[in-house]
Amino acid sequence: MNAPVHKEHAELASEFVNNRQRAKWHDSSLWFVRQKRDRQTQTIPEWEQLRSLASTIKQHTLAKLPYYLEEFERNATKMGAVVHWARDAEEHNRIVCDILKNYGAKKIVKSKSMLTEECHLNPFLEQNGIEVVDTDLGEWIVQLRHEPPSHIVMPAIHIKKQEISELFHEKLGTEEGNSDPTYLAREARYHLRQKFVQADAGITGVNFAVASTGGVVVCTNEGNADLGVSLPKLHIACMGIEKLIPRSEDLSVFTRLLGRSATGQPITAYTSHFHGPRPGCQLHIVIVDNGRSAIRASQDFQNSLNCIRCGACMNTCPVYRRSGGHSYSNVVPGPIGSILAPSQDPKSHGDLPFACTLCGSCSDVCPVKIDIHHQLLTWRRELAIKKIVPWTKRWSMSMASIVLKHPWVYSVGGKVARLALRVMPRWMIYNGLNAWGKQRDLPPAPKKSFRELYRQRGNSNGQESPSHKTNVSNGSKDLKG
Amino acid sequence: MKGAREEILNNLRKQIPMETPALPEVIQGEWIRYANPVEQFANLIAGVGGSCQTVANRGEIQARLESYPEYRDAKRIYSQVSGIPSHFDLDAIDQPQDLEDLDFVIYPGQFAIAENGAVWVTDQGLKHRVIFFITQHLVLVVEKKDLLHTMHEAYARIEFQKPGFGLFISGPSKTADIEQSLVIGAHGCRSMQVYLVEG
Repeated sequence: MNAPVHKEHAELASEFVNNRQRAKWHDSSLWFVRQKRDRQTQTIPEWEQLRSLASTIKQHTLAKLPYYLEEFERNATKMGAVVHWARDAEEHNRIVCDILKNYGAKKIVKSKSMLTEECHLNPFLEQNGIEVVDTDLGEWIVQLRHEPPSHIVMPAIHIKKQEISELFHEKLGTEEGNSDPTYLAREARYHLRQKFVQADAGITGVNFAVASTGGVVVCTNEGNADLGVSLPKLHIACMGIEKLIPRSEDLSVFTRLLGRSATGQPITAYTSHFHGPRPGCQLHIVIVDNGRSAIRASQDFQNSLNCIRCGACMNTCPVYRRSGGHSYSNVVPGPIGSILAPSQDPKSHGDLPFACTLCGSCSDVCPVKIDIHHQLLTWRRELAIKKIVPWTKRWSMSMASIVLKHPWVYSVGGKVARLALRVMPRWMIYNGLNAWGKQRDLPPAPKKSFRELYRQRGNSNGQESPSHKTNVSNGSKDLKG
Repeated sequence: MKGAREEILNNLRKQIPMETPALPEVIQGEWIRYANPVEQFANLIAGVGGSCQTVANRGEIQARLESYPEYRDAKRIYSQVSGIPSHFDLDAIDQPQDLEDLDFVIYPGQFAIAENGAVWVTDQGLKHRVIFFITQHLVLVVEKKDLLHTMHEAYARIEFQKPGFGLFISGPSKTADIEQSLVIGAHGCRSMQVYLVEG
């Protein structure tokens, strides 16, 4: 796909953090969700075991994916659903549009589905004269604002209630200046009820597709997905090939993990299991590849397909929390998005694996144990090999490599730097060239290098072996080794 | 369309075989068990904005419901629980859209889960599954003996042999999409009560 040229993550992030108060508010909103997640996981003594089970089940399924896809198709068909296959976003959109047109559906209600966001289904349907309303409150808010979601679970997490109040006042005629969340949510309920009742078809995503039964499972809190598919007679469920699980009992593991990891809830308010259509109605399931099989072909990144889209890695990520979802310019932002996006398009999204401190918190909270931060590091190597990394980074890395390979260069460089930091005027040190000095001062330069201090210490302590000394000595031993 | 199916599957089959761990046992296990599952369940339902009461028998439920003004003032009630009357015949309704003004639904839950406050309901013998979502208030009635500890016990009981709809419901519908402020009553029911009936 030819994505439009967009600003890099670092640039968008710096715009975001320029509004300090807002950035802080965003950071603490997400940290609040992370803490709720922690409290919930601590109520389950077998939490770590569940993570291991989930990881094993997903690994097994991915390894036998063609087998389970066929089994799912067979059983879903037996239940009365119609299964469609789409190689890419374009094919997916065309299939959905054709189903709707054949049925004569003009008004559609859609619940949250990151896949349909990824495929840009809404604009495609609108071009074809079909009205689509996103019925998840957060999704509806971003739809009314004509912007993409900034988080996969909480699409409007970046928006303040005063802004929602203004938006609703303008678009729905709600009271001016009333930004009470209960009032605003009630108004949304009232307006969307009309949409539900008038809808010709409902579109949903899929959280889990069960191969052994041919059913699809959808998890929501608002009840919008269920309302949207139990009023009209046509239900279209769109899923990526990676949504499969082998058996219905595997849901016992995933339903325990999903809500707790996502929002710190014991379970979502609604966990709906659809097997076939309602009598006299239609259920269509569209299975989409759109680059997923290419990710499966890569041994380095294949297990990123195990993701169940809980968003826990975003809520915990120090970079995501402080830069906002839109800075990633990808439907799935945050740590997992930074693995998936470059797989789809390394040229446009090559900046994302660098939007990471490698702190590893994402891997710690991931309910299916994806080694997210390791994969991000691997991506950096891949991008460097492919020369998709900007020249500044490549140049500084090759310089660093020279310095670290030659101890004398290191030693001379250190001397020069220590002297320079002491004698150079401030404007020469802190300017546009020094990205690290933008928001912080460097520590005062020491008079002597570590090696000089170590040598001195060795002399004053006579013949004693360094290995019996403090951590400092051990550290230096490691450095030499 | 056939083309896409074959192409996707063939692509996947051609890839280097991956390590395939065996599917693990997920029903049997050292899962958490609660000393007092009723209390655990009731606390969790309360925590998600619902309520849970224990009654000696089904006959008591009607009287309890009468104590709520929303129930007394309800214009349209559908009940599938014996002893609690319905205002209308659901099977006589053709279009689910005609249920828009439904106030109360009283429905039997097959079992409930202590670990997360969820109740399992199905649309077996039910013409319009929309009643669970379109009603303003939802009341679920579950036998106390059918209160399970974890989801593992639940999925050991659930079978999907034929077409149909099954649902775990835990509390009223809700949203926190506006600045993480919890609002009860998003698109589905605005209140949910569970009655646990003693053996």
